[in-house]
Amino acid sequence: MDLGDLHRREYGRILATLIRTVRDFDLAEDALQEAFEAALARWPTQGPPQNPVAWLLSTARHKAIDQLRHRAMAESKHAEIAALSEREEDAPVPLDSLRLIFTCCHPALSLEAQVALTLRTVCGLSTEEIARAFLVPVPTLAQRIVRAKAKIKNARIPYEVPGDDELAARLEAVLAVVYLVFNEGYSATFGADLVRAELCAEAIRLGRLLVELLPAEREPKGLLALMLLHDARRDARTDDEGAIVLLEDQDRSRWDRAKIAEGAALVERALAGWPPGKYAIQAAIAALHCEAKSAAETDWPQIAALYGLLASLYPSPVVELNRAVAVAMADGLERGLALLDTIHLPGYHLLPAARADLLRRLGRRAEAASAYREALALVTNDAERRFLEKRLAEVARP
Amino acid sequence: MQYMLLCCFDEQRWAEMPDAQRDRIMRAYGEFVQGIVRSGHYRGGAQLHPTATATTLREAHGKVIATDGPFAETREQIGGYHLIECRDLDEALGIAARVPTLAAGGAVEVRPVMPAA
Repeated sequence: MDLGDLHRREYGRILATLIRTVRDFDLAEDALQEAFEAALARWPTQGPPQNPVAWLLSTARHKAIDQLRHRAMAESKHAEIAALSEREEDAPVPLDSLRLIFTCCHPALSLEAQVALTLRTVCGLSTEEIARAFLVPVPTLAQRIVRAKAKIKNARIPYEVPGDDELAARLEAVLAVVYLVFNEGYSATFGADLVRAELCAEAIRLGRLLVELLPAEREPKGLLALMLLHDARRDARTDDEGAIVLLEDQDRSRWDRAKIAEGAALVERALAGWPPGKYAIQAAIAALHCEAKSAAETDWPQIAALYGLLASLYPSPVVELNRAVAVAMADGLERGLALLDTIHLPGYHLLPAARADLLRRLGRRAEAASAYREALALVTNDAERRFLEKRLAEVARP
Repeated sequence: MQYMLLCCFDEQRWAEMPDAQRDRIMRAYGEFVQGIVRSGHYRGGAQLHPTATATTLREAHGKVIATDGPFAETREQIGGYHLIECRDLDEALGIAARVPTLAAGGAVEVRPVMPAA
């Protein structure tokens, strides 16, 4: 019995049920922590119980009751304890995990707090781990979590799965948190950033949990597919020095075929219904990239069409930018360039970078150089800066 | 659990608004209050006179000093409040979303009321 492994797999599920029973985040967390400590002290010598999860749940519940008894000396909470002692569950209830996720991602909490609280409770990450991953000081992150939990308690944010009329909007907020966690990890590319890369794994775990708990919803499948299809290419995205390798130059034998197959299968299920969700469409695009045998065999016309669909259902300038690039590859560079010139995205380095790339492909080197300089003035990520500098040097060469 | 809904609106805009629009909003407020009385959520509420009528007290050097005006200069001012009894924050937010000045560009701050110890 590997306790660390058990903690990773079951912490969030057990906590979710515990929070519902004791109706207090802090009390539930402390009790579960104590239960794991008790397990660590007992199991190695006495052997693990037959049903470890049931043991942890029951031990934690009794610790929570003890704690409440303690408090009851001062206050009068005997009725509460009596009610608590009656309930005896030996397995976490799946619905509780969903309640916990929706509570952590409640729109009355700030987005930062939603992210921190979800990782802390649903995923069981420590405050230190989350702080390191998001590059914020530990006390700042701890404070964020304390405030969020106080608001849940004092403003009485319900521990519930939203009703049908609100589910779609609330689920969108949950998916946004999961995708943010994923992207935070995905944008980390280098050795020193490995802690951050762990966030991708956590986001994918959350995605799997949502697919399992909300089988009738399509967008969790779309998001999980999208994350898997991106993650499949993780290792091929950088070379040994940590420099960016563009999609078209990546060694496709380094892509994770199992993840691609799983992602592609999910895309089909995510697309079974109208209108298709925004994650499902993006996943379909990612699947087309992943399934092309070589860059030259990429199905650009279909990718351009999917971006067109995405732009019409979920309009945004960033989607337009991607569509313009796909159109350039499908219908000709000049057409893509003309589309790019209609997009207004001030301060966003990828717009001049995309223009620069199309101009470079057209052999208009002076214009390309000036667009690369424009992109360089806006870029913040070091790896991207190095990439743009390299390209600028190439087109600026006499 | 009680929640205080603080209805905030730009006083100047309220004063300069065409009478017909202001009347329409006030009628909608009447219906809103009747609605929460009927549904059993209502615990109290009132419209407030503008901040020009406000007096703010602060203590300085051990003496309480009264000054003319609101406690803080803000873009929007509290123009009224509703005290409601709700099961949880979601129910309170659902009711707050029906406050008539929202559609006219106002804001509603929802604050849980501390239970008496």
